[in-house]
Amino acid sequence: MAINQSTAPAETGLRGPRGEPVTLDVNGATYAIELEPRVSLLDALRDHLDMTGTKKGCDQGTCGACTVWMDGRRVLSCLTLAYSCEGHQIATIEGIAQDGELHPMQQAFIDHDAFQCGYCTPGQIMSAIALLREGNATTDADIAEHMSGNICRCQAYPNIHAAIREVRDADDGG
Amino acid sequence: MTVSTVAPATVEGGVGTSARRPDGILKVAGEFAYSSDLWADEMLWGATVRSPHPSAEIRAIDITAAVALPGVYAVLTAADVPGARHYGLEVVDQPVLAIDEVRYEGEPVAIVAADHPETARRAAARITVEYAVRAPVTDPEDALSRGDLVRHVPVRRFASAGGTALTADVVVTGTYEVGMQDQAFLGPESGLAVPAEDGGIDLFVATQWLHVDQKQVAACLGLPAEKVRLSLAGVGGAFGAREDLSMQVHASLLALHTGKPVKMVYGREESFFGHVHRHPARLSYEHGATRDGKLLYVKARIVLDGGAYTSSTPAVVANAATLGVGPYDVPTVVVEAYGVYTNNPPCGAMRGFGAVQACFAYESQMDKLAAEVGLDPVELRRRNAMTTGSVMPTGQLVHGPAPVADLLALVRDRPLPPAATGDPRERPGGVANTTRGEGVVRGVGYAIGIKNVCFSEGFDDFATARVRLSVVGGEPAVLVHTAAAEVGQGLVTVQAQIARTELGVTKVTVATADTSVGSAGSSSASRQTYMTGGAVRAACQAVKATVLARVGRAGELALVDGKVVASDGAVVASLVDLLGNDVVEETVEWRHKPTRPLDPVTGQGDAHVQYAFAAHRAVVDVDTELGLVRVVEIATAQDVGKAVNPQAVVGQIQGGTAQGLGLAVMEEVQVVDGVIRNPSFTDYLIPTILDMPPMAVDVLEMGDPDAPYGLRGVGEPPTISSTPAVVAAIRAATGRPLTRVPVRPEHIAL
Amino acid sequence: MEFLQPADWAEALAVKAAHPDALPIAGGTDVMVDLNFDRARPGALLDLTRVTDLTDWGTDGDWLRVGAGVTYRRLIDELAGRVPGLALASRTVGSPQIRNRGTVGGNLGSASPAGDAHPALLAAGALVELASVRGTRRVPVTEYFTGPKRSVRTPDELIAAFLVPARPGAEQFAKVGTRNAMVIAVCSFALSLDAATRTVGTGIGSAGPTPLRATEAEAFLAAELPWETRGAVPESVAARFGELVGSAARPIDDVRGSADYRRHALAVLARRALAWAWTDPGGAV
Repeated sequence: MAINQSTAPAETGLRGPRGEPVTLDVNGATYAIELEPRVSLLDALRDHLDMTGTKKGCDQGTCGACTVWMDGRRVLSCLTLAYSCEGHQIATIEGIAQDGELHPMQQAFIDHDAFQCGYCTPGQIMSAIALLREGNATTDADIAEHMSGNICRCQAYPNIHAAIREVRDADDGG
Repeated sequence: MTVSTVAPATVEGGVGTSARRPDGILKVAGEFAYSSDLWADEMLWGATVRSPHPSAEIRAIDITAAVALPGVYAVLTAADVPGARHYGLEVVDQPVLAIDEVRYEGEPVAIVAADHPETARRAAARITVEYAVRAPVTDPEDALSRGDLVRHVPVRRFASAGGTALTADVVVTGTYEVGMQDQAFLGPESGLAVPAEDGGIDLFVATQWLHVDQKQVAACLGLPAEKVRLSLAGVGGAFGAREDLSMQVHASLLALHTGKPVKMVYGREESFFGHVHRHPARLSYEHGATRDGKLLYVKARIVLDGGAYTSSTPAVVANAATLGVGPYDVPTVVVEAYGVYTNNPPCGAMRGFGAVQACFAYESQMDKLAAEVGLDPVELRRRNAMTTGSVMPTGQLVHGPAPVADLLALVRDRPLPPAATGDPRERPGGVANTTRGEGVVRGVGYAIGIKNVCFSEGFDDFATARVRLSVVGGEPAVLVHTAAAEVGQGLVTVQAQIARTELGVTKVTVATADTSVGSAGSSSASRQTYMTGGAVRAACQAVKATVLARVGRAGELALVDGKVVASDGAVVASLVDLLGNDVVEETVEWRHKPTRPLDPVTGQGDAHVQYAFAAHRAVVDVDTELGLVRVVEIATAQDVGKAVNPQAVVGQIQGGTAQGLGLAVMEEVQVVDGVIRNPSFTDYLIPTILDMPPMAVDVLEMGDPDAPYGLRGVGEPPTISSTPAVVAAIRAATGRPLTRVPVRPEHIAL
Repeated sequence: MEFLQPADWAEALAVKAAHPDALPIAGGTDVMVDLNFDRARPGALLDLTRVTDLTDWGTDGDWLRVGAGVTYRRLIDELAGRVPGLALASRTVGSPQIRNRGTVGGNLGSASPAGDAHPALLAAGALVELASVRGTRRVPVTEYFTGPKRSVRTPDELIAAFLVPARPGAEQFAKVGTRNAMVIAVCSFALSLDAATRTVGTGIGSAGPTPLRATEAEAFLAAELPWETRGAVPESVAARFGELVGSAARPIDDVRGSADYRRHALAVLARRALAWAWTDPGGAV
């Protein structure tokens, strides 16, 4: 086996492919960063804004771990171009708790043990809160259909059901 | 949940309570640091060049173009590995980077470090590898005939001395196949290697066993173990796939070479090549029985495809062999189990570990036998159910509870679910609008399985725990430190619960797992609550003994609510007063009772520590024309000895059951000529919430006198019997033989 | 890579004319996969999310014209009664998150044989409106697909809208997948029965190099259906229709299923869809 290797160290100083300035509104704050046009919102959040709460599970829209809200609607940040988010309000799991108080859905996930490894949990919670807002949680079948874009490999689904039902019923009662 | 023997939970947040996960708040807030979330100043990103061929000679590697790319700091190949150039769990045979040849598709050939992940990927793409492609060996039977054997485990036990002819009034035979399942944890392989000033490395990684990683990484780096320090980063699921190394050595090599921290994160597609899978298997069985359904003999031949390298195949083969007839009394057993090398993807540990494949076959056989002798499938199983005092095919006496017949009765006696309503989401096909009831037939199926808990065959299986008791902020506080990997199963919760119960202290912190404390063994084989739990309990008891010795008073003393209490309830001293500024710390290495190797000819020997059992009843609706399946409900019953955390126990049972459901109807890594055809979540399908049915769970607590608190490992048994139960239900609905999992629509419809 | 973000439709067409290699992106649910996996490295990205013209729908004579940027969610929420087959198909697209972003325009742009919208568009006799600085043309969707992921769209054209008859027939859509949610079709079938014109429309997905029509099956069924009496469809007619649909497919064996299974399943779906559409002209469940 032959190995060709040049000994000179590579030229340094470039931080990856060239970026262009872009402004993102995330969790109520505005960030000006430089990005290559091809970068997904997910990579922008994780690698450029240091918001790693949003998870990468597949990078192709088949797991739901990267679910965030764009103008209040849940979308997959891996399939959303960061550039196209300019002028839109992005919300991530980091912005869900208010003043140190967990959102009721976050608390319900803890109380019902609605996760094990927790990797899918940020996406599950972003979907679950949106689900209630969409009015898609009337029955267990509704919950299942409208949570079916969020894979949980630990398969904590019965407990996810329970957590969503609890918050739904508390909302109805209050 | 039904609990047969409830021990009162005397301590808040202690053993037997559903204490909340200490890492729960971080996990729901998105603040829990998984291995892919780590970051360091001046950090570089690693990428891996992998073989596109399942078998090839490497003629040349040209890295010139990669090195020339701005932002690239290092490009390394096998020649750059300073220490051992191979690693492995049991057999050291897997190259860190391919040496002169590649033996499976996706085998790492070269690695790159660059200042941006995109640059690293582009550099990797610029590396030219000249291959001389060879015809891969992909058929396990071919491999066997060529002598490419990893391990052969025979298990031979005869009803009468000298062996008997295998004859019976009723004989059923069958050949079964299990496809390659993937653990498909959601958080791909990742970690961060940081070069240290002492020339060593600090590695932050998601793994199942820090010390076995440490040993292998140190050997490959040519460093003493103490210079390779591992800390557990957040683990996004494991299920066996993190037992073998993935990026650990690679990131460390790059970090040492560049002098900078290096992060490696696999993408989903790479993850399918980055870890071992569940062994595909071909299993031929012959069951002989009396006309009233009493088993006389079982003869089986099991071939497991280990893929290109050894990994944990030897132990998987032993499990398939020793557990190969299931939880039944069988007077005569002749099992031949083989693991072979091929050029298919390497296979190793996945939840259920050899017991899954065997269970699909022996439970399919039990249904066939029931039909043959005209018995209800549950009744047939109950007639042959093993009990306490039964003898395994290995000759090992089953000491502890073996409530096989009871578990079967529990799932049988559950009320059946109602018929589907008109809601399309309750029909096979869901919202895809494939049926309004046309062709839909309901079926019910049963299965039960057996699993060994902890490491077997004479392995020196131990766990280490360090427990420290001191006064912090005016109250007694406990710090528990182990190297045991929390992978989502709730181990950190359980460790704290045990400390609360043993030391009567509410404030318990579990330190991050790392290699500065002794090994805890692996988070596998359903062993960690038993083993690390046992070690934490023993360390707490040592701390307690030290503390109570200070009281200087005879008689029975207990630690309750931060106080030393006499047997009459009188408070003798408070821990705060007793300890003052002192720290009491004890470290204990704890072992289960020893096991023995298997006799290499007869397969006899007390090889296993503990047996665990779970039964399932599946109810399915099958669109018999289209072959689509909807699992309507699953009832399960499992003996857990002692539910240390009842909520977590039920979560394990539900999760394991659903992974078995996945294997039954959708999950398979499809490999053709050694090449994976579906390395993505687009085509490797995992059950969604819509695929997971409601579950009825019965938990028995029949204590094992040998185990801490009487507990029994929980994680794996539910994965084992849910697959055959679902398939039995589909058979009941369709009348099709269905000898292969996953069952695909065409197996039913064509 | 350049990023082009036109503010309106005229600018979008001008930009596309100047950069024919620019990859149009709206919801991104298809395009982003190729970008993330480095399978596509276009010279420029043409972001259409600012072009509000694309997100309108309305009637245009005898047609319903739906902008290429209308999301699947809106098709379900706003247009289920007007495009019943397409709404059924939309409900099976990916996940709720994807339906919040993904569009029929994107589906047509990718022109994948597995696109969920295509069979419904074929069955409904839809037109695809293509536009460029040279002008606008409306292409029957039956002539739109030319090969796997290929269409008649020229490099300077953008997809403006699709059009379906304003008064839909009885429409059905059914899709086979090996999971009960979030799954790419093993095969899919759409049917439209137009009692007014006594015509039958069909569409087959994931069972050929392009989405397909079962023209022979359409002609057979149009001739055999008891349009006059509205009586029950004879079993033999339903069976034959199913067979013809199955034989119109040109499937292959792949990871999602075998060719034989696809033909079989399409025959079953065709029979069932016929029964539902005939007895329940209202269409969608």
